[in-house]
Amino acid sequence: MSDIRAYEQPGEAGFGDYVQLLKPRVMSLVVFTALVGLLVAPVSVHPVIAFASILFIALGAGASGALNMWWDADIDAVMRRTKSRPVPAGKVAAGEALAVGLALSGIAVVMLGLAANWLAAGLLAFTIFFYAVVYSMWLKRSTPQNIVIGGAAGAFPPMIGWACATGGISVESLLMFALIFMWTPPHFWALALFMKDDYSNAGVPMLTVTHGRKATRTHILVYTILLVPVAVGAAFTSIGGPIYLAASIALNGWFLIGAWRIWRRDEAMAEADGYATEKSVFRFSLSYLFLHFGAFLAEAALRPYGMGGW
Amino acid sequence: MAFPPEHEIHRRRFGRNIGVAVTLALFIVLVFALTVVKVTRGDPMQAFDHSVRPELAAEEAE
Repeated sequence: MSDIRAYEQPGEAGFGDYVQLLKPRVMSLVVFTALVGLLVAPVSVHPVIAFASILFIALGAGASGALNMWWDADIDAVMRRTKSRPVPAGKVAAGEALAVGLALSGIAVVMLGLAANWLAAGLLAFTIFFYAVVYSMWLKRSTPQNIVIGGAAGAFPPMIGWACATGGISVESLLMFALIFMWTPPHFWALALFMKDDYSNAGVPMLTVTHGRKATRTHILVYTILLVPVAVGAAFTSIGGPIYLAASIALNGWFLIGAWRIWRRDEAMAEADGYATEKSVFRFSLSYLFLHFGAFLAEAALRPYGMGGW
Repeated sequence: MAFPPEHEIHRRRFGRNIGVAVTLALFIVLVFALTVVKVTRGDPMQAFDHSVRPELAAEEAE
């Protein structure tokens, strides 16, 4: 009987497994940065439209996560960090992940166009395409610069949020994009330094594998130096202000010191203390981004009281 | 005939169905709320419908 055969499929997915396909942790960063992009814009948005816009941006990001899990199921199964994802764990079929990804992409883009505007929807569609096709299918397995260029996908959300409010693109939204874009490489390379064998086992050409760990340390320092003017420069636009400037100088100083310390170390020193510096810089880099966008938000929140901005 | 004992898989499927139902219900509520906001905010809603609408013509002339 078919029912008895059904009992023999222990891997059948629950609702939570489909939610996991959407990479909820990545989504939370997307929600936060898109919300900041929308709230700091000089145009006020009706709360219902703002809520719907952020929801559909998050859904689009989740859809691209599902497409990524469909395409990368083979390497996810090899890496310790990703082998419990729904597709490699056998809970959701790869084809199902593809279907969920495509359907949610369409829903998210069309609904964002209807709720906000078609520029925002177009940017969201491009972001999904960029993450699923340009990053996952093309760059990730072919070049060690994969996360440098692929980082653009994660950098679009505040720009989409800004476009939802203003219907356009401006230097402010481009700087928010550039902040995440330049932050991504040192963030991920710090991770790659202490997630030692994962990427090489999976055959993903991370910089640590192709150019060695010393070169990766140098790259972290160089990209952090390039990040500083972008992050601090945003202070002098309409979304910046003294609070942001003070926070940015402190955070960038700290990040630079961390990158410098990573650069000075060699593998023997890192092995000796269990990659303590690399891990602490990676953790700090998360706060770095969160606090920068928090400072943008603080400037916008204080502006009605005559305190935020210049 | 007695009902077969409930298997864990049935509970999982029930949970999945509830999840889909709740998601769809929330989607309907959201679309309704969006519609109410867009209509009551006074966005231009008129279109040509074979009757004379001078306000539309004025808009086109601008």
